[in-house]
Amino acid sequence: MGSDQPIPAGLSRAQLHELYYFMRLTRSLEEKLVNLYRQTKVIGGLFRSLGQEADAVGSAYALDRSKGDILSPLIRNLGSMLVQGATPVEVLRQYMAKAESPTRGRELNIHFNDLQRGFIGQISHLGDMVPVMAGITLSFQMRREPRVGLVYVGDGAMSTGAFHEGMNFAAVQKLPLVVIAENNGYAYSTPLDRQTAVKFLVEKAAGYGVPGEQADGNDVIAVYQVTRKAVERARSGGGVTLIELLTYRRKGHAEHDNQSYVPPGELEEWARNDPIDRYVARLTEAGWAEPAELAAIDARIASELDAAVSACENEPLPEPLSSLDEVLAEPPRAELEWYRRLDA
Amino acid sequence: MPEVTYLEALRDGLAEEMARDERVFVLGEDVGAYGGAFKVTEGFQRRFGAERVIDTPIAETAIVGTAAGAAHMGFRPVCEMQFIDFISCAYSILTNYVATARYRAGLPTPMVVRGPAGGYVRGGPFHSQNPEAAFLHTPGLKIVAPATARDAKGLIKAAIRDDDPVLYFEHKYLYRRIKEELPEGEEILTPIGQARTAREGRDLSILTWSAMLWKSLEAAETLEREDGLSVEVIDLRTLLPLDDAAIVAAVKRTNRVLIVHEDTRTGGVAGEITARINELAFEWLDAPVKRICAHDVPLPYAPTLEDFVLPQVGDIVKGCRWLAAY
Repeated sequence: MGSDQPIPAGLSRAQLHELYYFMRLTRSLEEKLVNLYRQTKVIGGLFRSLGQEADAVGSAYALDRSKGDILSPLIRNLGSMLVQGATPVEVLRQYMAKAESPTRGRELNIHFNDLQRGFIGQISHLGDMVPVMAGITLSFQMRREPRVGLVYVGDGAMSTGAFHEGMNFAAVQKLPLVVIAENNGYAYSTPLDRQTAVKFLVEKAAGYGVPGEQADGNDVIAVYQVTRKAVERARSGGGVTLIELLTYRRKGHAEHDNQSYVPPGELEEWARNDPIDRYVARLTEAGWAEPAELAAIDARIASELDAAVSACENEPLPEPLSSLDEVLAEPPRAELEWYRRLDA
Repeated sequence: MPEVTYLEALRDGLAEEMARDERVFVLGEDVGAYGGAFKVTEGFQRRFGAERVIDTPIAETAIVGTAAGAAHMGFRPVCEMQFIDFISCAYSILTNYVATARYRAGLPTPMVVRGPAGGYVRGGPFHSQNPEAAFLHTPGLKIVAPATARDAKGLIKAAIRDDDPVLYFEHKYLYRRIKEELPEGEEILTPIGQARTAREGRDLSILTWSAMLWKSLEAAETLEREDGLSVEVIDLRTLLPLDDAAIVAAVKRTNRVLIVHEDTRTGGVAGEITARINELAFEWLDAPVKRICAHDVPLPYAPTLEDFVLPQVGDIVKGCRWLAAY
């Protein structure tokens, strides 16, 4: 269209559509998982990122997969993993504890990794991934590789000692690391003002001697822009940046959580600030996407997800004895021997 | 052959691995310019550069977590805990992150966490600990504890070459007290998971490791001289995985077993060894398995108190006499 507005942040029209694809894919995949959860096919809790898709997708999109950048997601960063190449069928297998799941039924939900594609598996102990990502980016620095790491923390993880230790060390070493602080209002049921005495998480950057940035986490282009700047800074030897993304967790901690602690009106207010709705409006108003193009993306996602579910829904669970292998590179096999001795 | 101390042997082993493999690097508190609190890495920064001998903030979780991340990427980091007592600060990331990485995520984590353990130096409750039992319960880790200069060298080299995370507990009392002639130019590697017979004997077996090896050997000499007892002493060297075959063989040889460790009794490694003997060789025992360990108290520093709390040669002699008479 002749009246199209210029596209910001050096993005192309195709990239704008790709951002939409990943945000919508995240939400639709989670909706599929809710259906499976209600059919009791999900093993373990189900963690939603409803309303946070822009922060995960926009920030991950600022990395360069062709350069070997690596990110470390948290439980509400499914979108970031999809950007790095994780597939819906992997996520579905994980949630259903299938034998063919990336962790072979060993560790739940989106706690899985592929360093080749550029995402590492988190553990439940919040904050630990910050020192681990310090080590990964230290390896980039030692090998003089122009690669960047990105680690997500939340308002809860930032209270941990591990966060502090890793952040401080990464700052001292000037490691190529971008730290995304997702301020989504709650850590489980605990609101921000019970978690920290600062008004905004970005204020903590000063304590580490690193630059702090803040952006609207529900504006995918703003998230991309602020992260891209930090990624370029890291890649050129400028060290760590702390970015606070202001967003909101619209579902409970997990599917079982009834959110009784949320003040009236808050959920409705944030539903009006939905990152996908906002993005769709912007794309169409600016002339960057036709409604028909977006509808075609939606249809593509629906068929991809249907295919993914039917590919793995009836797969078997892991064989019990497979639980004993790969504790060590060369196992002493003692566990297996104990088991066989009792079984005999 | 030159005579080297336990500490020099450890230092030489570490330096040899850094020289032969550029993926090996060291990180810890004061390990760089200062050369470490006990000078294990003295001269390393000059020789290998500040990038491979990294002074860190006082932050054990950061040290271990950083090492894990670098290990995933193909490096072989060696973390120094300034005193091994401070490994407890990194307990969570070691047991939850590092130890599970291969199993849950297929992430190789070849790294070593080493540091000075043990008492008999009037160091008090926070500079004398033996933390092996706290980690014995964690699948995915290996634990070694050398007693001799040869094994100080052979086990640090084996630990660095191992593809899994290894905790290397060196004993600070032995650092400069133990000396041994080690051949130059010969590669010394002590296989992880293999015990060693330190003294042969027919009447009973002492299973032990680290500094307690020397007290056990002294007790064995006393018993031979004063009681005519022939006491075997087995240096386990690796505590995880335990050398079940060597333990069972000792039980079958002498039918009487004393386990000696410096750590406190309750929940100590001796309990696990005893359980294994019960399961694997109960019918070979002529007496209950006996333990000589520290009393169940935080370690006090006053000489009279520390000497009473920690196992002494006399305690081991008494334990052996009880076993022999049973």
